Amino acid sequence: MTESTNRPSFISRCQNWIDARFPWTDTLNRHAAKYYAPRNFNFWYVFGALAFFVLILQLVTGVWLTMSYVPTSEGAFGSIEYTMREVSFGWLIRYLHSTGASAFFVVVYIHMFRGFAYGSYRSPRELIWLIGMGIYLVLMAEGFFGYLLPWGNMSYWGAQVIVSLVGAIPFFGPDMMEWVRGDFVMSEITLNRFFALHVFALPGALVVLVFVHIVALHHVGSNNPDGIEIKDKKDEKGVPLDGIPFHPYYTVHDFFAIVVFLIIFCAVVFYAPEMFGYFIEKPNFEIANPIKTPEHIAPVWYYTPFYAMLRAATFPLFGIDAKFWGLVVMAGAILIPAALPWLDRSPVRSIRYKGRISKLMLGMLVTSFIVLGYLGTIPPSPFATFTAQVGTMIYFSYFLLMPWYTQREKTKAEPERVTD
Amino acid sequence: MHWLWVSAVCVLSGSVFAASDSTWEMESMKPDLNDVDSLQRGLALYANFCIGCHSLQYQRYERTADDLGEIPHDLVLDSIIFTDQQIGDYMTTSMSEEDAKNWFGVAPPDLTMVTRVRSPKWVYNFLKTFYVDESRPYGVNNKVFPNVGMPHVLLPLQGISEEVCYGYATIDVIERQGTFHSAAEEGVTDSIDRLQGRELNCPEVRTIPGSGLYSVEEFDQAAFDLANFLHYVSDPSRQQRKALGTWVIGFLVILLVLAYFLNREYWKDIHNDKPD
Repeated sequence: MTESTNRPSFISRCQNWIDARFPWTDTLNRHAAKYYAPRNFNFWYVFGALAFFVLILQLVTGVWLTMSYVPTSEGAFGSIEYTMREVSFGWLIRYLHSTGASAFFVVVYIHMFRGFAYGSYRSPRELIWLIGMGIYLVLMAEGFFGYLLPWGNMSYWGAQVIVSLVGAIPFFGPDMMEWVRGDFVMSEITLNRFFALHVFALPGALVVLVFVHIVALHHVGSNNPDGIEIKDKKDEKGVPLDGIPFHPYYTVHDFFAIVVFLIIFCAVVFYAPEMFGYFIEKPNFEIANPIKTPEHIAPVWYYTPFYAMLRAATFPLFGIDAKFWGLVVMAGAILIPAALPWLDRSPVRSIRYKGRISKLMLGMLVTSFIVLGYLGTIPPSPFATFTAQVGTMIYFSYFLLMPWYTQREKTKAEPERVTD
Repeated sequence: MHWLWVSAVCVLSGSVFAASDSTWEMESMKPDLNDVDSLQRGLALYANFCIGCHSLQYQRYERTADDLGEIPHDLVLDSIIFTDQQIGDYMTTSMSEEDAKNWFGVAPPDLTMVTRVRSPKWVYNFLKTFYVDESRPYGVNNKVFPNVGMPHVLLPLQGISEEVCYGYATIDVIERQGTFHSAAEEGVTDSIDRLQGRELNCPEVRTIPGSGLYSVEEFDQAAFDLANFLHYVSDPSRQQRKALGTWVIGFLVILLVLAYFLNREYWKDIHNDKPD
């Protein structure tokens, strides 16, 4: 045997060099090769990885968009068209980003639904849930600020409508509105600050929050469709009996999911990037015009359930305008899921073992959310408003009645070990 | 939960009826970006009739020439560009905004993305539905865009068109089939009646035969070519996008097969060693 065959390979020497100075292998093991995830993850468990993938996609395409974007009221709209027409593959980068925004919300809503269904917010995962809510709020703000940047007419009026909600706050409203806009009207100053928030502050916050979300998750371990703790049953080495290493089992799994996602995503990007006016609205192909209101102003689809709830508040209360109560209802609707860990009193976590009322309520929640989402896209009418009011009641009753119905209903016994 | 579904369906079907903003029933029009001849004719028409007022400020002559069947640049400079613009310039009008405002009251809009703001179908129908209306400053009005502030620029091609009205007292058009008169003949002069008559009972625009350079069919084709051309201009990379999409999705499908087998290979261990 010569000396050279005994020497460790170049790669492992590099690894040793790094490991002596930074916990590289250790980190990889902790979060992948020796992170034991339940073996019974199903379809609903790929959306976290997909959300992470879309985040990267948005960060990368966003960097490239910024290279040609001009954040001025004179130049913004034209610079998008410049990107679309004259930058090599600029149209692709732009459509990836605009479609990515919608895709982000699709996967995040499904990811949240998974949490609702399997009780992923229950102890000891309350903090993961709250961090997730933080991610969700930042994501909504990110989408809102980003929507103004193309400086199209719907960008302008959509932002105008949302910012004017602040004006409904009693006493401080009008001053706060001015403070948010930085001007008496939506203007270049508003555009500049939205730009700064969209490309710098909020993506930074998102990355940090996602990092913390995953660190917290890997600390307590993943929940699973049965809602039982796999850490309760371990082998002699301390490995959960129902746990399998995240890498390679779930990395190959998630890779498959990402490819499926990309096929659907690319079908939209390449064949229907406006998604029939739901992802990019028609008036947004016209430059922002402060004296020309679009015929029908509606936010992008991912805000419409909350927008419908906002409009569902139609009567003043305690001498304060209905608009303010709409704002309260909307904010409440967005924030209330944060309270889930303390609202759910069921002895079991997963919907599989919860009772009939829980299943019915979850079904009604999803239905009302979809119906409200649709109602938010259409112009108001008495019937639509009434339906939205009913939908709002159903949405809130899922949360507010939860302490009652989760305690009262008959649940099934949880299994000892996870089921396949 | 059934009642929720029922209400959802009701809401959805209600919107179908609520969604139309113009009472004019538009003719269908499907743009065809593979028809290079049509796009080239559209470009020629645009250069001759439209660009005097309406810019395509985000589109360059060169890109247009190259995309629409590699039109030689010399030819474009000779027969498309009538100003001192260069081949690499944006396709802007030479009319100043200030003059435009003085002459028309409002600057004619840029049309680069008109088919994305409206639709190719809208442009096609708009071009076809100018009709004589003496009450308007230019003597013409439009069915798709009522009280539009522009003259009927394509009149030399189309000829004179009049709206065809049915007596405004009779709403049921089918009953009075074949007995149409123009609004003027009916003696409808009162403006409210005229408006009602127009909305309810003037469902056609007819060109006086021989009054224009083009036959009805030829003019239809010209309107189609223009709308088709504007559809191209609104997103010039559309064809490239769709062609590339086929390759990208083809690649992803192959990757999907590989990912599937990779996943199956790894998960064999797990499925073989099921707990009971």
